[in-house]
Amino acid sequence: MISVEGTVSFWEYLDSRRERLVFETWQHASMVFQTVLVALVIGVLVGVAVYRNERMSAFATSTAGVLFTIPSLALLGLLITPLGLGVAPSVVALTLYSLLPIVRNTIVGLAGVDQTLVDAARGIGMTRAAILLRIELPLAWPVILTGARVSTQIAMGVGAIAAYVNGPGLGEQIFSGLARLGGANAINMTLAGTLGIVLLALIFDGCFMLISRLTTPRGIRV
Amino acid sequence: MSDAMPEPPSRGAATAAISSQDENRADHEEHGGIQLINVTKRYSGQRTPAVDNVTMTIPSGEIVVLLGPSGSGKTTMMRLINRLIEPTSGKIIVSGQDALSLNPTELRRQIGYVIQNAGLFPHMTVATNVGLVPQMLKWDKERITARVDELLELVDLDPVTYRGRYPRELSGGQQQRVGVARALAADPPAMLMDEPFGAVDPIVRARLQDQLLNLQSRIRKTIVLVTHDIDEAMKLGDRIAIINRGGVLEQYASPEQILRAPASPFVADFIGAERGLKRLALMAVKSVDTEPGPLVDPGAEVQAALEAMRSHGTDWVAVVDAEGHLLGWVDRNGLSGLATVGEAEPRPFSAVVSPANSLREALDAIVINKTHVAAVVDDGRYCGLLTLERVAQELAAT
Repeated sequence: MISVEGTVSFWEYLDSRRERLVFETWQHASMVFQTVLVALVIGVLVGVAVYRNERMSAFATSTAGVLFTIPSLALLGLLITPLGLGVAPSVVALTLYSLLPIVRNTIVGLAGVDQTLVDAARGIGMTRAAILLRIELPLAWPVILTGARVSTQIAMGVGAIAAYVNGPGLGEQIFSGLARLGGANAINMTLAGTLGIVLLALIFDGCFMLISRLTTPRGIRV
Repeated sequence: MSDAMPEPPSRGAATAAISSQDENRADHEEHGGIQLINVTKRYSGQRTPAVDNVTMTIPSGEIVVLLGPSGSGKTTMMRLINRLIEPTSGKIIVSGQDALSLNPTELRRQIGYVIQNAGLFPHMTVATNVGLVPQMLKWDKERITARVDELLELVDLDPVTYRGRYPRELSGGQQQRVGVARALAADPPAMLMDEPFGAVDPIVRARLQDQLLNLQSRIRKTIVLVTHDIDEAMKLGDRIAIINRGGVLEQYASPEQILRAPASPFVADFIGAERGLKRLALMAVKSVDTEPGPLVDPGAEVQAALEAMRSHGTDWVAVVDAEGHLLGWVDRNGLSGLATVGEAEPRPFSAVVSPANSLREALDAIVINKTHVAAVVDDGRYCGLLTLERVAQELAAT
């Protein structure tokens, strides 16, 4: 193993860059949280708008699917032209990636609500809006939440690539590390960024389990 | 309590409405009575209508059963009443109002709705499910809580035990009762029930049917119930509408009339070969004339007993004391050598029925005991004799 001058142990590296790493981790978490939240709002609205119509549902799902297949690096690159560098293209790209699982699960969740229950709700005189808000969305909620959970995992990973367009977050560590591979602390940087993201992903997933438990009514908990 | 909200009629008021039924029939029909006038429902692309020019009046406070094979349009017909399905043409009157001119959600809140499997919302507790309609009508919280408890008691569920439970923590029969409680929450004058007992086992079904009849004797709602089970229809219906495929109303009459005189070959075929026996099950012993039979007092001389036997063509007499109590019967051999009937030891009748029993039960009692006559006894008092011939006559009158 070649010893490069200035290279320190991983723990020493973490200690020396603590402030910066904490800041980037916070940025990463905050970016993922906000984009998934925005995607959740947009995705559920889209799902609600189309789920009654099979053709519209298929259209929405495939559109979100097409967005999903664009390589993240390419999407970020393409967004530079209209949005420039930094936060804007990163957030937009992450939101677009997060949409697919949420839109799809919202449609699947709403369409999967037992139609006899919807019929019962109509029969006792609930309005369209009341049926959606009090019956359909609560019953589809566990499925929608699962979509958001998948979105979060995706956003965690894609968020690292946002550093390519000078986006916020732990991607900066990874990109800088990879850019100077063989240089001082290159491995430490890459490792810090990667492990940081893995750690965040685990924490977020834990939060989702908690949210799911707290927001799913006892009557439909599995 | 909000003054703006119209109070649902209290139970006292409902009773008053029943007692005034005869004096003010028209006024009574306003409340809960349902009329279909030349109602047709046609789905585009289908040659035969789902409901074909049906006119029928569902009187207030009665259970009307829509009975027919699957695909006959009976459920469609029921769903037209609360406008879950819009008719193609015709008129529907609910509680004296033109249903088609009302806001559908407002209309539905005035009509209870019960479906197969109860249709309880699994993510809501029993109390929330039952309180949904009052909540939509913006009752205040205490009033809803009180009403929910009252309703759970009405359907024989202990409020303390059940109000906080979720539907999946209940048995099928309990869910169905909660479904009925939910439908009755805002005290609607009418209730629609779509195959309400179709998904429970026969024992639970029979119990739920009994409970519904018991409940109905207290609440007197106008109930429209859809079923394909003939026996259920006969048991529950004050009137039965028999519907053929294509939504044709074949006959609309009381169960007894339908069994006695089916209006068409379809009806006769649908109610089946056993209709005579089914009809007997609907007729009470008290509805036929019983014969006094050969009858003597314990103090009577044997000669009088023998005279009674001769005039009735029997070789036995019933012994009835001065208070009208049936002591049993004695035959010619039992009386030989005695002076008065009272000296003999009367033997008990093997087949004894009460006037409230059905003729079917009386027939069973007679046949099982290998006799040809049943004594009709009301609370110890002798009412007369019901012979096998008399029951057979009723059977033949079909």
